[in-house]
Amino acid sequence: MEALVYKQLNETVYQETMDNGLKVFLLSKPEMAKTFGIFTTNYGSIDQTFTPIGKDESVTVPEGIAHFLEHKLFEKEDRDVFQDFTRLGASANAFTSFTKTAYLFTATSQIEKNVQTLLNFVQDPYFSEESVEKEKGIIAQEIRMYDDQPDWRSFFGTIQSLYHKHPVKVDIAGTVESIQDITKDDLYTCYETFYHPSNMVLFVAGNIEPEAMMDLIRENQSQKEFPDAPEINRSYPEEPESVAKKEHSITMPVTTAKAMVGVKEKVKDLSGEELLRSELLSGMILDYYFSKSGAFYEELYKDDLIDDSFQFETELDRHFGFTILGGDSRKPDQMAARVKEMLHELKEQRISDEDFTRMKRKKIGQFMRALNSLEFIANQFTHYHTLGVDLFEVLPVIESLTADDAERYLQNWLDEEAISVFQVKPQTDA
Amino acid sequence: MKLTKETLLEKDGYRLHILPSKKYKTITIVAKFKAPLKREGITERALLPHVLQKATNNHPNVRSLQSAFENLYGTALSSDGSKKGENHVISFRMEVVNETYLNDQEPILEKAFQLFHEVLFDPKVEGDGFDESIVNREKQTLEQRITSIKDDKMSYANLRLMDQMCENEPYSLHVHGYQEDLKGITKEKLYNYYREMITKDMLDVYVIGDMDQEAMEKMADQYFSRKGSSNKDDDQASVSKKVEKVNEIVEREEVNQGKLHFGYRTYTKFGDDDYYALQIFNGIFGGFPSSKLFMNVREKHSLAYYAASRFESHKGLLLVFSGIDPKDFDQAKSIIMEQMDAMKKGDFTEEQVEETKEQVVNQLQETMDNANGLIEVLYHQMLSGAEMPADELIENVRKVSKQAVVQMANKIELDTIYFLTSKEGGE
Repeated sequence: MEALVYKQLNETVYQETMDNGLKVFLLSKPEMAKTFGIFTTNYGSIDQTFTPIGKDESVTVPEGIAHFLEHKLFEKEDRDVFQDFTRLGASANAFTSFTKTAYLFTATSQIEKNVQTLLNFVQDPYFSEESVEKEKGIIAQEIRMYDDQPDWRSFFGTIQSLYHKHPVKVDIAGTVESIQDITKDDLYTCYETFYHPSNMVLFVAGNIEPEAMMDLIRENQSQKEFPDAPEINRSYPEEPESVAKKEHSITMPVTTAKAMVGVKEKVKDLSGEELLRSELLSGMILDYYFSKSGAFYEELYKDDLIDDSFQFETELDRHFGFTILGGDSRKPDQMAARVKEMLHELKEQRISDEDFTRMKRKKIGQFMRALNSLEFIANQFTHYHTLGVDLFEVLPVIESLTADDAERYLQNWLDEEAISVFQVKPQTDA
Repeated sequence: MKLTKETLLEKDGYRLHILPSKKYKTITIVAKFKAPLKREGITERALLPHVLQKATNNHPNVRSLQSAFENLYGTALSSDGSKKGENHVISFRMEVVNETYLNDQEPILEKAFQLFHEVLFDPKVEGDGFDESIVNREKQTLEQRITSIKDDKMSYANLRLMDQMCENEPYSLHVHGYQEDLKGITKEKLYNYYREMITKDMLDVYVIGDMDQEAMEKMADQYFSRKGSSNKDDDQASVSKKVEKVNEIVEREEVNQGKLHFGYRTYTKFGDDDYYALQIFNGIFGGFPSSKLFMNVREKHSLAYYAASRFESHKGLLLVFSGIDPKDFDQAKSIIMEQMDAMKKGDFTEEQVEETKEQVVNQLQETMDNANGLIEVLYHQMLSGAEMPADELIENVRKVSKQAVVQMANKIELDTIYFLTSKEGGE
């Protein structure tokens, strides 16, 4: 067990790689009542085409399978795992993203048993034809729920406009049709390939004693057998740099229209500090112009092109990246056109040193605030870890950024072919 | 577990609650303004926090004010309006990084207090009112917020249920206000309402974080004192309507999924002796993934992705909500009714009661790990006059017997079933 000490933040992370390849990180916060444990596999909705473990040929599995698998891991032959956590006074949950599937619990007592339960249920799958069929009804209602949510539809609609082929365009839960094709054998194929310990990370943060906790995890893992893990061979389709659709809209029964402007980021296969710097700069630049203190926000708001539902976000990964700006608008065409112009104008802009310092301070403050949350620490640490970034080294990287870095970033950022506009229009029925 | 200890001080025109805690890297300051819930003034109360956060005399526009917050290491200020039974509370929340973690000589915390003070007590004023362009723009935004509630079907279904179930009770009033009021709200009228609120509403200020208690008290006094305000609690007691007959309402909209909501009356409020039994009741009935609703509506019959219950502590309501296929209305309805009947008959085990207690205790402890969560718990306690330390609260949860849960189940009465469904769907 190795201790990583971060002096300025007054935090220590303990790490160890188990013999089977599982990476474990522990953070002790004895002043908290709560402990949060999260067990993550580096496998998400975009991992649709891959070579199954022990096979030679690549397969493509139905859309939505990573999420389906997440649901089904909770069901065992004789019980529902939620009940196990209930009995231990814990609450459990799970989520699937583009690149990850994570299982988690929070508890204030019986932490050792809860950690064992988490490890054991994820590492002991039980899938049957019958239970797979039963789950289709539940997930269909989950998909239907999202179908009625205009924010979700506009978010995914924008991504679908940006991408031609890359599976990031596929809704994480799949579609009501695609999930019908999922079989128990598909689930086992995905499970065996992606749930090998060497593809997973466990993070436990909170009211724990690191030494004893690490012993317990080591002991738990040493009792289980796993085959040797070859490198996982995943493939993604060739994706052009241009967007799939420059403009697209759908109609929904909404009271106010929505307009979203999407930017497809160039894929540069970045990792480590380079990726972090890009992520930070893009966030700070958008913040500078489009947050409530920004000149662009002020103009859009005054002209009644946006309201306080206006948002922006950037998601950068190794193989894909996008930025989406938008929200409700009474003049969606005008709003989208103006935001597009603004994005182009950015190339000629320069942020003054004084303003850049302000944006750095804001970023530092946001980061410090986020560190109050055990969930944030564990989630974000895991996410960054898979990208080669150390969460607790973010602060010095923010401190090192300059207005010149921002200028360079902007000059390489954006071209016309990489922008899509997506709208949700109100239905005009009687 | 260490419990955060609260020091409560009666101050000049406000009440100060100090909570030293080493759990956080930030200091959180919350100011709560409470007044009786009334139709008159409800839209003003929804509008005010948004106007106040746009400009002060010192920072006369949004950009200037927001930049000032950003310079204080992104100090965040937010506000929300909520109902506590038949009362309305506006909360302003500020979170500022603890200076200990910054390599900076500036007094960040003091400056943040000062800015908070400006937003609340020194807004931008023109003549006898607020800045006209700000008021007009915020009215537009509020109007949009009011109409777009309909776009979030779960909230909309809940709103429609409350409209009809609690008709003629102040509780049914909308926290976002009403579109028809907006026209009549001028910058002067809004300012007059503001003067009323800022001087007469009951004000409680909470400060939580790792800090020096005396320094904190001094700063709070400097920036939150309200000279001449009596800080009186003008509490409006909650109305508990007797159910005469169960209402069933079906409404149709363009939706893919139907929203089936049930409204019950519990006749039990925060501070009542049997409140703890209600917590356990809710846990077994629909509060957790191990509950009857989750296990039967979702796991056994695959009718829904979510099926759950929650209770309103100050009004005495229990609400069930689920998202189902429009054609499954009858089946889902009868399954939900069966679960309530099972609760009334005591069709659950001692073991379930014990497990649920631990779940409730766990939830409570987790809530209290969070600065805003802890403040909410303490504020609830204070409003209901049932102040007690956390370990006593936990003790009381653990004392609940199965019999008490059955009694609670039999006290609860169904009032209204509400179904929001598709235009062509079944009922």
